[in-house]
Amino acid sequence: MSAVSVKNINKKYDRIIALKDISFEANSGEIFGIIGPDGAGKTTLFRILTTLLLADSGKATVDGKDVVEQYKQIRQEIGYMPGKFSLYQDLSVEENLEFFATIFNTSIQENYYLIEDIYKQLEPFKKRKAGKLSGGMKQKLALCCALIHKPVVLFLDEPTTGVDPVSRKEFWEMLKKLKEQHISILVSTPYMDEASLCDRIAFIQDGNFLKIDTPSGIISQFGEKLWAVEADNMYKLLLDLRNNKHIKTCFTFGESHHITVDNTLTMEELKTYLSDKGHTGIQIRAIEPTIEDCFMQITEKKQNE
Amino acid sequence: MNDVVISADKLTKRFGNFTAVDQISFEVAKGEIFGFLGANGAGKTTAMRMLCGLSHPTSGGGSVAGFDINKEQEKIKQNIGYMSQKFSLYEDLKVWENMRLFGGIYGMKEKDINIKTDKILEHLGFTAKKNTLVRDLPLGWKQKLAFSVSVFHTPKIVFLDEPTGGVDPITRRQFWEMIYEAVNDGITVFVTTHYMDEAEYCNRVSIMVDGRIEALDSPKKLKKQTNSQTMDEVFQKFARKATRGDN
Repeated sequence: MSAVSVKNINKKYDRIIALKDISFEANSGEIFGIIGPDGAGKTTLFRILTTLLLADSGKATVDGKDVVEQYKQIRQEIGYMPGKFSLYQDLSVEENLEFFATIFNTSIQENYYLIEDIYKQLEPFKKRKAGKLSGGMKQKLALCCALIHKPVVLFLDEPTTGVDPVSRKEFWEMLKKLKEQHISILVSTPYMDEASLCDRIAFIQDGNFLKIDTPSGIISQFGEKLWAVEADNMYKLLLDLRNNKHIKTCFTFGESHHITVDNTLTMEELKTYLSDKGHTGIQIRAIEPTIEDCFMQITEKKQNE
Repeated sequence: MNDVVISADKLTKRFGNFTAVDQISFEVAKGEIFGFLGANGAGKTTAMRMLCGLSHPTSGGGSVAGFDINKEQEKIKQNIGYMSQKFSLYEDLKVWENMRLFGGIYGMKEKDINIKTDKILEHLGFTAKKNTLVRDLPLGWKQKLAFSVSVFHTPKIVFLDEPTGGVDPITRRQFWEMIYEAVNDGITVFVTTHYMDEAEYCNRVSIMVDGRIEALDSPKKLKKQTNSQTMDEVFQKFARKATRGDN
């Protein structure tokens, strides 16, 4: 059975179309990533699936149950970590966890094995009020509270936004362990590098799903020659690359610029073109695209349609 | 170093018996893009608040745009720009009203404000949106506009606190191209980010761990020094040494 099944969901707020005819299936036991920038519609989708918001049209089920007809059962079975911190700020770490265990008719002890790794890090601060925790700690507590009743499907809406790279890596290690416990996970993120950690991903922009596939499937469909170019003056390099008519796209990528080129241009010719423009320290190499290259290619195509 | 625009000398901030910022010293030269990195809770925000004249150091000192951090906080505020992901523009004001407001706060003449408003909107290709409420703009536009507003009064330095969080990859890159342009015009940029590819765009970066600056150099040299392929690796190597953790 699908963990989540969505068919032709639409949602509008006044004039703004938040979701346009979205359909997808997230399989049981997989980590399904919804990747896209702020304002793309990720939170609206999560709120519909967690039965907190009604779609204008379309149908969705979670663990086989309809989000409208069977919303009460769904609420018993899912864990939800909203993007905005929503625990009780004036309760302590321990009290928050106990509260969530109680309302789901369970106890901390019963499912402690699920949260043990995460909660151990919080234990020294268990008497501290949730509102006084740092960002990374709040995030860990929120995850514990969403897990304490052993949900069938876990919804994580941008759990790593604003979190530093070290804590982000730790968070994804936790998700991998939860997957081993057969919990299905639907997670959204604006960080493209996290996409490769999902089993399958959907790119979302302006309320549309642009593509659904495995990360490697998406990368294999890139279908263009991609080169990384470096030189001593990177800003001038960017401007000069953009002025070469054989170069189709050019984006900055940290220490290099990534370019797609037409079939007529060779690396030697490009090197000559750049030396003639006065560049020094030129390096060009062919590379495999990253998920971020793919996202930009797909969104650009969409905009040009 | 010539033309130092930011200097910190054993800058320290304590809250009770907790030392948030622990004797940090560094200098930033005019026209540099300086990346200020660190894990959550490492002390970045506290340090930045002192540099912006919003918080008094417990000890140590320094200068920003030629003014003393301890004694001339109001002058510092007049000579810097500031933008963060959390606060940037007034949503219920129109595009031009935001510019008018910030220009006015920084003491610009009305005529100059009008000329500059038109110039910036034309440069951004936003002229048609002059009378649009900011809340009706797409997020990417807001962030680009917010940056333009933060340098509207031509400050010597602009402080950017996670300016690109949550923004789509294409806009994130356009944003950095705007930063490059500002630097070309002689503005110094002090920026925090959690995107490690963006750390590569900086001339130099510092990495804060437990209130101290543990590393400070160009991305290239830091990678070489730690035998890393990417800035993400460099960051992981330093930040994992943190002992006080993220609380």
